Amino acid sequence: MSIGVGLATGLYGISFGALSAASGLTIWQTQVLSLFMFSGGSQFAIIGVLGASGPAGIIPAVISAWLLGIRNGFYALRLNSVLSLTGVIKALAAQLTIDESNAVSASQDDERSSKLGFWLTGASVFVFWNGFTFLGAVLGSQLGDPSVWGLDAAAAAAFLGLVWPRLKNLQNNLIAVLAVAFTLALVPLLPSGIPVIVAAPVAVAIIYALKRTNLKRFLEVHHDA
Amino acid sequence: MPSYWIAVVVGSIAVYSWKLLGYVLPKRVANNREVVTFAGKLTVALLAALTAVQTFVAGHALVVDSRLAALAVAAVLYWRKVPFIGAVAIAAAVAALARHFLGWS
Repeated sequence: MSIGVGLATGLYGISFGALSAASGLTIWQTQVLSLFMFSGGSQFAIIGVLGASGPAGIIPAVISAWLLGIRNGFYALRLNSVLSLTGVIKALAAQLTIDESNAVSASQDDERSSKLGFWLTGASVFVFWNGFTFLGAVLGSQLGDPSVWGLDAAAAAAFLGLVWPRLKNLQNNLIAVLAVAFTLALVPLLPSGIPVIVAAPVAVAIIYALKRTNLKRFLEVHHDA
Repeated sequence: MPSYWIAVVVGSIAVYSWKLLGYVLPKRVANNREVVTFAGKLTVALLAALTAVQTFVAGHALVVDSRLAALAVAAVLYWRKVPFIGAVAIAAAVAALARHFLGWS
């Protein structure tokens, strides 16, 4: 299971590598992202913002990638109790803490397979993701004008593919719609790259605020009754 | 581009810092469900916002071009459970063909 997940995930390292090259990053810059950032969503975000905004987008690119990396911190919190590690091994486990290794580990029944699932999945995704990143970056740097090959559209499709499995309840869907609306409204007003990092937290905050008022109203109604 | 090295290095450290933070915080934080769902919601918002930018934005302007057609095709493919890599490749092909044969921007 772990190696299957590793291969399937690693394969889209090709699209990351190609898009990164199309966004103006060198093969080495692309490879360093896969080796050290090693988190698909953050990697697509940083190259997406750099590709759209150029060097002016460096700060928003880093912030977008950083914000998308928060969820790995929460996987790490969970895994810390499961793996019970110390020292250098902990630092290594941290690097392999991503969507897939956490998901496989969380879906195991006993502690031993939970640990094994984490390490095998993390390691195989790392190996395949980096190998295919290199392949994609080499191919992408040979292509010339990215828009002729539709690579700009591929970036849009890649982000849609990353958000798609998370659009599974009304609250998430509302957040997505609000985030899109605010982002597009802010694009003409703010420097490139900034609309995303402003609109996304605002969309989440509004849904939380709505939830809180609804809950209060609900409680009041029931109190009166 | 050489200046992108700053983004690559600082960004990598920034993303790793979250991963490491989770392993050094006290274990009781892990059981706070509010915090965990918040991270999930922020992820949805960021990815949706990035999808919108990649589809509609050119510089500081909002435009409708071949990318929207490609995104619509990708949405249908994800809905039909086509794997990520296939959907992305087909979306790229749709935009490339629309530009080449239909002259769309």
